[in-house]
Amino acid sequence: MLDVAVRHAFADFTLDAAFRAPPGVTVLFGRSGSGKTTLVNAVAGLLMPDGGRIKAGDWTLLDTEAGVRLKPHRRRLGYIFQEGRLFPHLTVRQNLAYGAWFAPKGAPREDPARVVELLGIGHLLGRRPGALSGGEKQRVAIGRALLSAPRLILADEPLAALDAARKAEILPYFERLRDEVEVPILYVSHSASEVARLASTVIALEAGRVVAQGPAVQVLGDAGAMGARGAASVLTARVVRHHADGLSELAAAAGPLWLPRVAAREGAVIRVRIAAHDVILSRTRPEGLSALNHLSGTVTAIRPGEGPGALVTLDVGGDRLAARITRRSAQAMGLATGQPCHAVIKSVSVAPEDVGHADQAAND
Amino acid sequence: MTDWLGPAEWGAVALSLRVAMSATLVSLPLGVFVAYALARWRFPGREVLNVLVHLPLILPPVVTGYLLLLTFGTRGPVGGFLDDAFGVTVAFRWTGAALAAGVMAFPFMVRAVRLSIEAVDPKLEQAAATLGASRAWVFVTVTLPLILPGIIAGTVLTFAKGMGEFGATITFVSNIPGQTRTIPLAIDLLLETPGGEARAARLAGLSIVLAASALAVSEWVSRRVAARVGGA
Repeated sequence: MLDVAVRHAFADFTLDAAFRAPPGVTVLFGRSGSGKTTLVNAVAGLLMPDGGRIKAGDWTLLDTEAGVRLKPHRRRLGYIFQEGRLFPHLTVRQNLAYGAWFAPKGAPREDPARVVELLGIGHLLGRRPGALSGGEKQRVAIGRALLSAPRLILADEPLAALDAARKAEILPYFERLRDEVEVPILYVSHSASEVARLASTVIALEAGRVVAQGPAVQVLGDAGAMGARGAASVLTARVVRHHADGLSELAAAAGPLWLPRVAAREGAVIRVRIAAHDVILSRTRPEGLSALNHLSGTVTAIRPGEGPGALVTLDVGGDRLAARITRRSAQAMGLATGQPCHAVIKSVSVAPEDVGHADQAAND
Repeated sequence: MTDWLGPAEWGAVALSLRVAMSATLVSLPLGVFVAYALARWRFPGREVLNVLVHLPLILPPVVTGYLLLLTFGTRGPVGGFLDDAFGVTVAFRWTGAALAAGVMAFPFMVRAVRLSIEAVDPKLEQAAATLGASRAWVFVTVTLPLILPGIIAGTVLTFAKGMGEFGATITFVSNIPGQTRTIPLAIDLLLETPGGEARAARLAGLSIVLAASALAVSEWVSRRVAARVGGA
């Protein structure tokens, strides 16, 4: 359990954020300038806030009322920075070992060999950071944080400085971290697809305040929190079969889903992020459409947004599916809560970065 | 050999080396500390300290020597205290020559180290702190290795300056053979002595060789260090 409440006044910005999150990956989501990094730095102790309380499990990092303000080096964190921040004068091996020098003897720690294997950095151990690519640096940075025997891992947009190909390379490592490492992770991102793939819990920040918090599936469908353009749903589905025509057949609670070939083996449970603006609604069962995915469900909410749009939420076999349509359409269709409705999703609208391995812990 | 340089001149060379090394050794930790303070800390009196450190660079050396005499002379406030409390006298001793050399070279040391500290990304030091390193450990394991080239440069400059200091030394501790007659003071004396030009020239040549060797060694060490730190 991560319990954070922080207040800090800057000259032109006030951070006043509080949230609680269960174990797993907690993503701080928001636009740049919303206070995400400030909040993470407060957790790290790089910023001493005016007041607040930060606890990871029974480990108190900050409690201004009780006069507890741990120095950063006593907080037992693994902080993965946006720019890696590897020590240029040390080899990869020495960088990885750095945190372990200072960790208390007997602290529960990851096996270095396993971490090196998990991150695929065995061939880099003798090199110095100057000789690494951006993606390699970031993998080493992840390893360095992991091996410091942390009680909490912080990651501040660890993929932001990488191009799309490198992002696709690193993201699976965070999924494995989430699924294979016990340490809770606080992850800062402004990318909705990263949130959808990684988050167990989402904390949406805006202008230094928490505007939404809760399980990823719930917050992601919330247009208020994600911004109308970012609203999306996350469905969990099992890979049934990869077909020869390049499509993968998935089984979701609401029925079969057909997606461009996903990078997961048959039988694996994956998460699929479906942007709300890629969902088409129909009152009658659609026929003669090119789109392969038809899910039927019930309208649970219709929320008019600013401008011409409205966000319609459906219950499809127990999952939430959000659709962003115009208010004009909603009226013309006579949509109302409780009505049966069909959702249509084009297979090709789901990009590979929207598909990731499911967070087992959050779904059990 | 004795024809080439007399024992008095060899004495001056040995003394110069001793003076320059002592001045360097003492001002090294102090210089790194002051450079770190000036580069990283904000404290009242920071500007005053900055001016004070640089004063020997801009004052006439004679004035610096005179101020040292006033302060560290046996009747000066610090000199008197050192004499009373510890029986230590720096006036007219080789230790005084080392003090003068150290003070004159201090701005060089501080500038070289400070520049290299300012080039160290504080974000790396933050990263070290989040990994569990206390401030002292961050300095030893991250800052110090990264500023090593600057420290080497500062050390060589200080040593070279210590070998060559003239004005403040002669004003503060006079020209005493075996105590304060370093190479430049010996050259100065030889030039005023009939028939001393040849020895003066040889001493001058020797000091050029010493200075050039120090520079060459530091270049070599710096390149090795830079190759390690740079990584690429």
